[in-house]
Amino acid sequence: MSTGATLPRWADLLLLPVVCLGVALLAGAAVVALVGQNPGEVMAALVRGAFGTPRGLSYTLYYATTFVFTGLAVSVAFHAGLFNIGGEGQALMGGLGAGLAALAWSAALPAYAMLPAMLVCSMLLAMAWAAVPGYLQAYRGSHVVITTIMFNFIASSLMAYLLVNHLRPRGAMAVESAAFAESARLPSARDVLGWIGVDWPASPLNASVLLALLAALGVYLFLWHTRGGYRLRAVGASPGAAEYAGIRSRRTTMLAMALSGALAGLVGINEVAGVSGKIVLDFVGGAGFTGIAVALMGRNHPLGIVLASVLFGALFQGGAEVAFDVPGFTRDMVVMLQGFIVLFSSAMTYLVAALLARLLRLLGPAKVRHG
Amino acid sequence: MDEALWGSVLASTVRLSTPLILCALAGLLSERSGVVDIGLEGKMLFGAFAAGAAGAVWGSTPVALLAAMAVAVALSWLHGVACVLYRGDQVVSGVAMNIIAAGLTVVLGIAWFHQGGQTPPVATAVRIQPLWPDAGQTLAQFGRLAGVLGDGVLSHSSLVYFAYALVPAVWWLLFGTRFGLRLRAVGENPQMVDAAGVSVARLRWTALTLNGMLCGLAGSYLVLAQSANFSHNMTAGRGFMALAALIFGRWHPVGALGACLLFGFLDAVAIRLQGVQMPGGAEVPVQAIQALPYVLTVVLLAGFIGKAVAPQALGRPYTKER
Repeated sequence: MSTGATLPRWADLLLLPVVCLGVALLAGAAVVALVGQNPGEVMAALVRGAFGTPRGLSYTLYYATTFVFTGLAVSVAFHAGLFNIGGEGQALMGGLGAGLAALAWSAALPAYAMLPAMLVCSMLLAMAWAAVPGYLQAYRGSHVVITTIMFNFIASSLMAYLLVNHLRPRGAMAVESAAFAESARLPSARDVLGWIGVDWPASPLNASVLLALLAALGVYLFLWHTRGGYRLRAVGASPGAAEYAGIRSRRTTMLAMALSGALAGLVGINEVAGVSGKIVLDFVGGAGFTGIAVALMGRNHPLGIVLASVLFGALFQGGAEVAFDVPGFTRDMVVMLQGFIVLFSSAMTYLVAALLARLLRLLGPAKVRHG
Repeated sequence: MDEALWGSVLASTVRLSTPLILCALAGLLSERSGVVDIGLEGKMLFGAFAAGAAGAVWGSTPVALLAAMAVAVALSWLHGVACVLYRGDQVVSGVAMNIIAAGLTVVLGIAWFHQGGQTPPVATAVRIQPLWPDAGQTLAQFGRLAGVLGDGVLSHSSLVYFAYALVPAVWWLLFGTRFGLRLRAVGENPQMVDAAGVSVARLRWTALTLNGMLCGLAGSYLVLAQSANFSHNMTAGRGFMALAALIFGRWHPVGALGACLLFGFLDAVAIRLQGVQMPGGAEVPVQAIQALPYVLTVVLLAGFIGKAVAPQALGRPYTKER
């Protein structure tokens, strides 16, 4: 997603995402003003709701946790030249894997064995789910964008079928599985901070947030400090050249999709083991698509993705708070803003970059020439 | 099974396939010109909203249809600005359309109508009525088959027949006219078209404009013929199903029609089989039938039942200098 040599590197890496975000926020503010509300007031309420209280901050970080996983998933595939739109379905499968493991063993196993088992099962199932489109892309030439979209729908049908016909306890009305035993629950932030004597409000924030940071670090080390990561990026940059260099590009494609799926599957840990303690229908709720926005905003770098995830977490949490404060405001406003961010931080980035380059040239001609 | 059931299954199939056909033809025109269209869902959703809003406020069918088409064309042009003019990523732009439409329709709906994101129902006079609603009963006297056909095929609204008539029209446009030849060429080999002195961008803009009009029609069908108002996310994945259908139909109008009819039939059957017991005593897994269109498309794409070959230049922005 480089925007060409018209911009100096610092502007391409730092200024451009900020300006794109600014343009998207302006577009959002225009809509907010159009429907008769005060954008400044909404923005202030949003920031207050997202960061103003420990509870708000916890929710922000909880949403951010999920977005780190889906964002990393999109970016790993992107580095291999693949566009994985299937985060939604892979996350569902991750939750299913974790949930099935918990339903099977949580009554018998203690937490120190149960939680790693859930982690492994969620990653394995999501990995398998993503590896199929990866295989089809690598060996049968089926376009991964289309197959992952199809796999999203197949995953949600499968989930509905399993919950309605098999996992739902007999006689229960709600479409959800039985609750897991306590050993399959990740400690919440309130629990953890309680151990060290800090009184923290109850929230869905749980130990997965640390897992998310570990995953980001792991992806960084893998992509830029291992041979496998180098191969993956080489295939993404030029499959032909990679093939000539002795890299098996097909196998790498499959590996990239499998890894991407495993990362998306970790959403299941945050939602199923961390929050609900049972398998519920549609716990992903669009986070797979938010991952695309997060990866684009974060310029496919783990650090950028963590920052972008906090931004989106704040938008979702702040948006929910504003919906309480400002009549007529709903979280759909945040969904819309997310769409604008995707549009301006990627598809329209050439437009923004061209304008920005012109502006920079006006400000300081000498600096720009060698970009 | 009796003829009333057959008639109603046939009628549902024809009805449920209609928005799929409109949308699949829209996607087909765009993809044949080399522009990937993941945003069908979003354009159809926004078209539906525009039809619902305009229909409820101004109470006129033509205005509702025009509003739906105008809004969907505007989104198509936004897609064009992003990927034809500025050569952005077509898939990302399409994803953006879908997300924007999902959010913005509800935001505007709440702001304008205060009904939780729905539009008020359009008046009966504004809705597109069946041309011959009791065709089934009238024709039943000519025999059972005539009754089934009357019920299933002849009892629909003009928009339904228009959608089906568009299939040969698009086929002729693509394969019988100079414009169609150029459109297909631009999706396969834009350099060649450019070398022949024809504007690649203009062809893609035209395709996107037609695409928007058809998406708008698909959306207005949902509001003006199927239900009476717009509601949150009412397209419910139909745009993606249309995308699947156009791929399953191998980027050909007649193939797409067949796929739409098949998917519409599966949808019609799935609704009726809800809770029905199979001979073994187990319930029919309705979700399996609902997932079947997507499974079939993946199987086709994988090359296990014939081969779906996309236009060569699909998804690649055209740069003249190369």
